[in-house]
Amino acid sequence: MTPEASPLATQVLFRVGPAEISRPVVTTWAIMAAIGVASWAGTRKMSVRPGRWQTVLEGLVDVLSQQIRDVVRRDPEPFLPLIGTLFMFIAAANLSALLPGVKPPTASVETPAALALIVFFSVHFYGIRAQGLGRYLKSYLEPNPLLLPLNILSELTRTFSLMIRLFGNVMSHELIVGIVVALAGLLVPLPFMALTILVSLVQAYIFSILATVFVGAAAGAVEKG
Amino acid sequence: MTVQIVSIVCATVAVSVGAIVPAFAEGRAIVAAMEAIARQPEAQGPLSRTLFVGLAMVETMAIYCLVIALVLLFANPFVR
Repeated sequence: MTPEASPLATQVLFRVGPAEISRPVVTTWAIMAAIGVASWAGTRKMSVRPGRWQTVLEGLVDVLSQQIRDVVRRDPEPFLPLIGTLFMFIAAANLSALLPGVKPPTASVETPAALALIVFFSVHFYGIRAQGLGRYLKSYLEPNPLLLPLNILSELTRTFSLMIRLFGNVMSHELIVGIVVALAGLLVPLPFMALTILVSLVQAYIFSILATVFVGAAAGAVEKG
Repeated sequence: MTVQIVSIVCATVAVSVGAIVPAFAEGRAIVAAMEAIARQPEAQGPLSRTLFVGLAMVETMAIYCLVIALVLLFANPFVR
């Protein structure tokens, strides 16, 4: 098996100095540009009687803040930028699998790792901001100081599982579609590709809901998950 | 047996066990959620959100097995 065919390998496109720029990175840049331009174009001329794009964006923000409010049971405003960006980026990245010739960046392990690290550090950021450094650190000694190693371990493993979950789901779905395409030609892969839409959105939803639960737990809003 | 054959067998075992057990677990979770929704249809929103998150948690175990199987097949450190 050549390394290019392996679902775990990444393909290096070009180099900038010592840094290797791989294919997922370029796809990520394209997605960032697309989301940025779409958001800029939608909010450029905001009015009370919204146009088509503004209605779409307002609906998206509305649904996201309602979902966050359901989980944290308080004002979703401080969490909305982080969670909303995560959801929109992951959904766009997963759905980019539907475009011909594009491999979703979330299907290689680096992108989910970066996203999980963002969640990992934001948990501490929101926790310290909401509770203060002392009280936040003390929450690791709850309910018993003996459980400190377990609390730290759960912090690390849930970040790891956040990463592996997104990576594994998207990558395995890519692999399955690839195998079906290789086995049977024209119309057979279509149901699987339709399933891609479902898997993409569900994975983006689950990632952002779990991030909400973790961040909300650190901010003292919900039970620790 | 060579390392290659052992790796293939282990990958198959990992995927099969990792598919059977989470499938049973997910079935039980869905049954519980169905019963709860049938009893209290008005609580469908929170129930299905919790169900989705729980299913994702259970499914992570299956994905772990899949990733280990793929590492054995494609990125095996003992095969060069």
